[in-house]
Amino acid sequence: ITEVCGAKRVGYFGPAQFYIALKLIAAAQSGFPVRIESIKNELPLPRFVALKNDSEVRYGTPAELHGVKFQVPQAASEKNSYKRTDEGDKQEPKSPPMSPICSPPASPSTYQRVPLSYGYGKSRTGLEQQHGAPYEVRHSTHQQDGPSSGNYGAKPALACSTLNRSLSAEREQQDSSAHYSDDPWRITEEQRDYYINQFRSLQPDLNSFISGSVAKNFFTKSKLPIPELSHIWELSDVDCDGALTLPEFCAAFHLVVARKNGYQLPETLPETLLPEYLQAASLKPMCDCTLFDSYSESLPGGQQAREFSRTEKTSAEEVPDNSALLQDGKKDDKQGIQIISTALKTIPKEFQHLTVKPAAQESNALKARPRSRSYSSTSIEDAMKKGEEPPTPPPRPQKSHSRASSLDLNKIFQQNTQAVRSGWLPPPPPALPPRPSVSQTEQVSEVELHPQMNRPPSQAEENSSAKKEVVLAQPPSKPARRKLRTEAQGLETPELSPTINVTSSLPAVKPHLPLQKQSSKQKRAIQTAIRKNKEANAVLARLNSELQQQLKEVHKERIALETQLEQLRPVTVL
Amino acid sequence: WPVLISVICSPPQNYPLYIRSIPTENELKFHYTVHTSLDVVDEKISAMGKALVDQRELYLGLLYPTEDYKVYGYVTNSKVKFVMVVDSSNTALRDNEIRSMFRKLHNSYTDIMCNPFYNPGDRIHSRAFDSMVNSMMMQVC
Repeated sequence: ITEVCGAKRVGYFGPAQFYIALKLIAAAQSGFPVRIESIKNELPLPRFVALKNDSEVRYGTPAELHGVKFQVPQAASEKNSYKRTDEGDKQEPKSPPMSPICSPPASPSTYQRVPLSYGYGKSRTGLEQQHGAPYEVRHSTHQQDGPSSGNYGAKPALACSTLNRSLSAEREQQDSSAHYSDDPWRITEEQRDYYINQFRSLQPDLNSFISGSVAKNFFTKSKLPIPELSHIWELSDVDCDGALTLPEFCAAFHLVVARKNGYQLPETLPETLLPEYLQAASLKPMCDCTLFDSYSESLPGGQQAREFSRTEKTSAEEVPDNSALLQDGKKDDKQGIQIISTALKTIPKEFQHLTVKPAAQESNALKARPRSRSYSSTSIEDAMKKGEEPPTPPPRPQKSHSRASSLDLNKIFQQNTQAVRSGWLPPPPPALPPRPSVSQTEQVSEVELHPQMNRPPSQAEENSSAKKEVVLAQPPSKPARRKLRTEAQGLETPELSPTINVTSSLPAVKPHLPLQKQSSKQKRAIQTAIRKNKEANAVLARLNSELQQQLKEVHKERIALETQLEQLRPVTVL
Repeated sequence: WPVLISVICSPPQNYPLYIRSIPTENELKFHYTVHTSLDVVDEKISAMGKALVDQRELYLGLLYPTEDYKVYGYVTNSKVKFVMVVDSSNTALRDNEIRSMFRKLHNSYTDIMCNPFYNPGDRIHSRAFDSMVNSMMMQVC
């Protein structure tokens, strides 16, 4: 085989030789003669005896694999062009956090390849990522592993790839769909839903754009350095128009998420993130995802709630505080929590306003404060986030670098109190399948719990999704917020048992509540909010007068100095 | 082939937003050349009057004893200047080519502007821009 594939002649196994060799092995194993022509047949995967030692050896020598590049099979690629990748070995040493689930099964299947030879020549060119479908392949083979390792040989390569894809499709629908997302540049369903909701929060019309400045604010909250954000923008804004359409937005968001998880940004946009690809892909999941339907219904309500919550943030206190929250991230925790509480309280208030007050008022206030929306919503979400401390810490830490680990992104990932609001729940990289599954199960259970509570969860979701960003913005204040978080979580989850608690204001909003309770709660909330606003106003008024005083004094001084100067000037001129 | 491309921001600062040259030695000399050529560019701008032509040529008869090179200039409507220094021995470069190169530069520059994370006046760190400039320079050399 070595001779046939040309390695002997060349003296080493380059990718071409390697591919041919594997194909030949497959051929030999299925009884075909070892000749170049036999490569052209459709061959089953070559079977390799799984040796744990070997896998370790391979783990230990990633270096030799680094020189070899492989092309990433694209999800949409034809079966024929399914390129084989050896990545398994390279990947595993690269991503140690690969969960235990994956690695043991990985060793036997590591050697399994989908030997499609043609096009191997292309593998050297235009290479971007080295993750990708090989993982899919491997994982699908993992799944097969248990039941029928013997079947491998029986399936033709084509069938294998279809099987992979179908398996991955199946998995998508199951909880373990996280496995499908081995390709870090592929967007899974939950991710997509989340991104779509985020998009909605910024721009209600899914078919139109998010302007540059809006997107900038949004992504700045993720606390990535500006140059990186700039690069992400460059990658995702394919038509270079300064605005993001939905697929562009999803791609950008996904890149941000990936970067937060420690992935290096690619030089060019991976195919799976191209707008055309995303748009094509987006049609399908939209149909499948039942959650999405509930989204669409409840969205208007949720959206409204959020918008109205903005209007409440008319108090000067809130805006500067919120902005400070966003900007420093080092705000005094207590105060932050207070603000959050007022923010939360204002939500039920809003609701009442919805029914009681004229909408015109709200919309005016709305217009007057376009900025505050981001602040307020983020603060709310912040509180929400606090509430949703998920029980299990993810194995994530291994993967991260400091920022990602400290960053609430991690928490966010797990926080999935509500299915709709899957937070930054993105499938973290192949690295951490268990986690996504955890959050996935959470998600699923949430969905079950709130089958009818579409409305409330949706607003909460809107809020919380925006909040996630704030949480992102405030890693340092995490510990203090935790309390608030757990409270909120305890409250939210299921009953809308409204308590006078700060966080209760959110559940209190749920329409399921009897109107009375709701109104009394809201009244109380309104009153406290009013009080707080008054206090804030008083403080600011005082501050204002003091500053005015100072200004006057400074003016006087200035005038004095000027007159002195005038007096002195004629002297110097002479 | 000494080639240098630079983007200089609008007045009054007139500092370079981006400078790239091949080969990289003697870069300082190129920087100096660019700086001096700015004066000539400004002169031409003011001489133009109201009707500001988009594309302008600047041919400097600067001939040093050891080497000669041509400096081309281009100004956008927002007074952002692009300066290109090429070796005189590179006679293969024609006017049209220079114009097309400037046009490409201008397009890439507008793409950068579209990026909301870019503040006008910042140095240009865009990778897309870099790759475009590199490919252009490869073409010339």
